Amino acid sequence: MRKLAATALALALVGAAGFWLMTRPAALAPETLAVLAAHDADAEAGELVFWAAGCAGCHTAPGLEVTAPVEERLHLSGGQEFATPFGTFTAPNISMDPEQGIGGWSLPEFARAVTLGVSPAGQHYYPAFPFTSYARATPEDIADLWAFWQSLPADATPTRAHDVGFPFTLRRGLGLWKLLNYNADFVAPARDDPQYTRGRYLVEALGHCAECHTPRDVAGGLDQAEWLTGAPNPAGDGRIPALPPEGWSGEDIAAYLQSGFTPEFDVAGGTMAEVIANLSRISAEDRAAIAAYLVTFRSSPNR
Amino acid sequence: MPPIPRLPIRRAAIAVFLASALATPLLAQSEERQDPNIAARQNLMQLQAYNLGVLGGMAQGRMAYDAEMAATAASNLVHLTRLNTDRMWAEGTDNAAVEGTRALPAIWADMEGFAARGAALTAAAEAMEAAAGVDLATLQGAIGGLGGACSGCHQNFRQAD
Repeated sequence: MRKLAATALALALVGAAGFWLMTRPAALAPETLAVLAAHDADAEAGELVFWAAGCAGCHTAPGLEVTAPVEERLHLSGGQEFATPFGTFTAPNISMDPEQGIGGWSLPEFARAVTLGVSPAGQHYYPAFPFTSYARATPEDIADLWAFWQSLPADATPTRAHDVGFPFTLRRGLGLWKLLNYNADFVAPARDDPQYTRGRYLVEALGHCAECHTPRDVAGGLDQAEWLTGAPNPAGDGRIPALPPEGWSGEDIAAYLQSGFTPEFDVAGGTMAEVIANLSRISAEDRAAIAAYLVTFRSSPNR
Repeated sequence: MPPIPRLPIRRAAIAVFLASALATPLLAQSEERQDPNIAARQNLMQLQAYNLGVLGGMAQGRMAYDAEMAATAASNLVHLTRLNTDRMWAEGTDNAAVEGTRALPAIWADMEGFAARGAALTAAAEAMEAAAGVDLATLQGAIGGLGGACSGCHQNFRQAD
């Protein structure tokens, strides 16, 4: 009996040690750190990364309208709420404020947060933050983005805690979620076409389109077998449509991302209006690249 | 005084009867008749999109620029946005209460804000009216504001698909 108890205890310890090892927050690879250190960061290029990545979509104050002046879209005081089956997440303050925001971070800390979903204190972030998409971003783009970030205003609004229930309050457990769902490989196959390749990068990495346009499994991971086939609307009724929308040409998609006008001249609303407020600020070439990537899903059996 | 000719009226009555007889199966197809308020505002949106299509099509270079056509479309838009639509936004016609509409309850919760978006649309349409007939570059300069005014309302007051 005593032997059994000892065995059980030993197994429990091994299990706990295994859990501890498997859920360890990742660190940046030495190669990545080397690129970050060597890259001559360009804040102007970083601004385009900022708009492509849609940081303002979630991290501006609640209720910001798409018609607001651009300066207000640079004010990343946080506070928007996102209701999910796991609880309600509140976007944190990521302004340049050193106390409430991220103004005190180093570039490697920023890169680790954005691409690995790990805070400077070594805690896992919840995947409401789309780091599983940003995982595919190049270190050069992250360094440019951080250079641009230095010009953003500071805001002292305190970050509010997320409202999630047990066991999701235990962030360490997110390490298991990452084992299942964190994968920096691109989803769509490579092609020998620079425009498609650029589009794939913009959609799958910076634009994080799949975060809403792809259905999730019970654990909240993206179902890559159903890539961009549409999903229930996380923010209310209705559905997020499959991409590309039926009957839309590449030109239609690019025009929509610039203006919000559909081919029928309906005009984007909801969270997509927010997305367009960001994507209308990237280059026309990049919008065309997004379209070139999306139209390749036309022949998918899903639509 | 000559007698009132009766035949044309009878013919008109027959025509109305025939038209309604033909239309009945069509109406019967939709299980419930659409709320006329919802129908009216959706038709108004259609008319706005129809005119916006001319301006947007030219701005995007999909349609050749024609100053007169652009000015007409912009003027139509101004008229459409100036319509008093109060009665169309009847209580109980939001998408939580009835099918067949994407109008969010937020409209009725914030009628003042909703009306402000309407006023912003009229202002954007007026800016387009001043711009559309000048030249293509001027039209293109006004199209962003017009689309933004549409999105500014759709952002919070219309259900995503």
